Amino acid sequence: MKFKVNGHEVFASTGGRPFDKKKPLIIFVHGSGLTHMTWVLQTRYFAFHGYNALAIDLPGHGLSSGESLKSIEEMADWVNDVIDAVGHKEASLVGHSQGCLVTVECTSRYPDKIKTLSLMGGAGAIPMNPELLSLAENNDPKAVDLMMDWAHGPAGHFGGHPVPGLYHINTGAMLAKSRTIQNTLGVDFRACDNYKNGFEAAKKIKCPTLSILATDDKMCPVKEGKKLASLIDGSQVDIIDNCGHMMLLEEADRVLTVLKKFITTNYPPLSS
Amino acid sequence: MSDKKKELKPNTYKFDTLSLHAGYQPHKNAGSRQVPIYQTTSYLFDDVDHAAALFNLERGGHIYSRISNPTVGVLEERVASLEGGTAALATSSGMSAIFLTVMTLCEAGDHLVVSSQLYGGTVNLFRLTLPKFGIKCTFVKPRDTEGFKKAIQKNTKGIFGELVGNPGNEIMNMPEIAKIAHDAGIPLMVDATYQTPYLCKPFEHGADIVIHSLTKWMAGHGSSMAGILVEGGKFDWMQNDKFPTMTKPYEGYHGLSFAEEFGPTAFTMKARAEGMRDFGPCLSPQNAWNVLQGIETLSVRMKKHCENAEEMVKYLSNHESVAWVSHPSAPNHPDADLANKLLPNGKGSMIAFGIKGGKDAGVAFINNVKLASHLANVGDTRTLVIHPASGTHSQMDEATLKFAGLSHDMIRLSVGIEDIDDIKNDFEIGFRAARKPRLVSNQ
Repeated sequence: MKFKVNGHEVFASTGGRPFDKKKPLIIFVHGSGLTHMTWVLQTRYFAFHGYNALAIDLPGHGLSSGESLKSIEEMADWVNDVIDAVGHKEASLVGHSQGCLVTVECTSRYPDKIKTLSLMGGAGAIPMNPELLSLAENNDPKAVDLMMDWAHGPAGHFGGHPVPGLYHINTGAMLAKSRTIQNTLGVDFRACDNYKNGFEAAKKIKCPTLSILATDDKMCPVKEGKKLASLIDGSQVDIIDNCGHMMLLEEADRVLTVLKKFITTNYPPLSS
Repeated sequence: MSDKKKELKPNTYKFDTLSLHAGYQPHKNAGSRQVPIYQTTSYLFDDVDHAAALFNLERGGHIYSRISNPTVGVLEERVASLEGGTAALATSSGMSAIFLTVMTLCEAGDHLVVSSQLYGGTVNLFRLTLPKFGIKCTFVKPRDTEGFKKAIQKNTKGIFGELVGNPGNEIMNMPEIAKIAHDAGIPLMVDATYQTPYLCKPFEHGADIVIHSLTKWMAGHGSSMAGILVEGGKFDWMQNDKFPTMTKPYEGYHGLSFAEEFGPTAFTMKARAEGMRDFGPCLSPQNAWNVLQGIETLSVRMKKHCENAEEMVKYLSNHESVAWVSHPSAPNHPDADLANKLLPNGKGSMIAFGIKGGKDAGVAFINNVKLASHLANVGDTRTLVIHPASGTHSQMDEATLKFAGLSHDMIRLSVGIEDIDDIKNDFEIGFRAARKPRLVSNQ
């Protein structure tokens, strides 16, 4: 579906079901340089089971217009604006990687609106490798190739996608190259590198929170994810073996199973 | 000790490693080092919710082997990885891969621009069969790059061609034709069977969909039929209103828009969800496994195929019984420069040559070689020969044969990986017979 936020058109996948204001809202926030499509193996389930599942394209990403937002704080406010724009008073947030920084910040800023928070491959800070940052800001496709390399665990490098026939390293690279790299990945990496408020924001979060971490995650290692989770009261942690940072594709079924249990328990669907 | 900072380099696996490993994780398959053959029609659902999730494309997984199969899935991922594509869909043959591609792209009333230099079966599909589905085609000679542009109509949905034409070895200027297609907002589909991804990755030169008859060099051993379509993932289906079946809600899956939902893998998802469901040209797991065995040695075999082919080009070019030789490695080939650009790892192992003495000499040659096999296939490990005018393209009338660039003296040679001296010695027997066709054929 398309709608406007701050005058710019926003695209959000609804998981293949029409948007229905009566249903509770889950917003999925993608990682650096990526798009709504990274969530395809999670959103469709929720959309078919009593939720509005909105996988958004951040401004300037995927099918959304406008320019990329330059800070995590701006993105957090923008996610809050999305909730308002689609006519909801509350939402459950799900983030991946940079999306974790955004959703942690958003939850800390709008605690009454956010009912649950789910973090995949999250950390309190994501400092960037300077060379990788420079490559992305200089529009070098090598930045995407490096990101795809580091974002997949050793097992993920072999493939074995749950959707038959998809080779996810190339798919991820194509998503990240779908818009001008310096305007998406470059801006996002800089925003991650600049963001310093993650741990303070986490301390303010009171809603039920889930962290899904992966043993082979090089970009947001388990210890960083645990550190963030330890600052959030009652946070649940689930650790996936033999999996890298792109867990939502590498171990899509496992992620969905854990996410489904957490969200349906803490933020029930509209019963049919 | 150098204090020079080490340059960051991606460590994703390279071609030869992907040929052996891509698409498969042993620890998810009982530790089996070899890819298991999942010889089954169907797959247990955990519960009703799981079944519904699979049918609604909420989860990845297998339902019924017409739609997908774990062994076939490994093959699909492996070929997608080797081509640099986002996704692939394997089929029962190369022809079914072409048909599925066209039916995923087009509706009745649509039009395609098609290279005239194609395998005879493909020509018949485009010329005679697709019009029965309301899909019309305009044929253009592969070297007539501007002709592809002129042939595009308002209802044209794509351009199709073989990178190196069958059997005349004319080369399409893929980068320029891709630009023509993209300027018109339509995809370029390339049958790269002759090249395999070892010799050329068409996505790097602008193609959007790559098709293979895996039966040929990819499987390589003349044992199994298989085909595949591979998606590059760059084509934007939403850039215009030409592709409503990709962009508009699809009734067959609860109003799903393939382009919105699956982006760089939308075409493959639609081909599987709609095409395999409705047409059903599925690949058997046993054949998928056989093809996987071939792909494991693809680069090793292709090097030898190309090495032998270049030796045969030299041998034939200097032979008294040969009127002409066509192969992209020949310096006098009209597309030699383009071949060097598009095929840097080798020019393939398909040679066309004209035998002095015309049709009768050709028949005598074919009937007398002993090592080379006379059959309707290419890309076997063994050397194969055929006389197209009386074999693969025999269903064409005289005018169509001429338009397809065929002549009655043409012999198509698929060079195998035998010892090169044995191939040459065998050809000497054939040429001796060709010089005395009547005498030998009466023995």
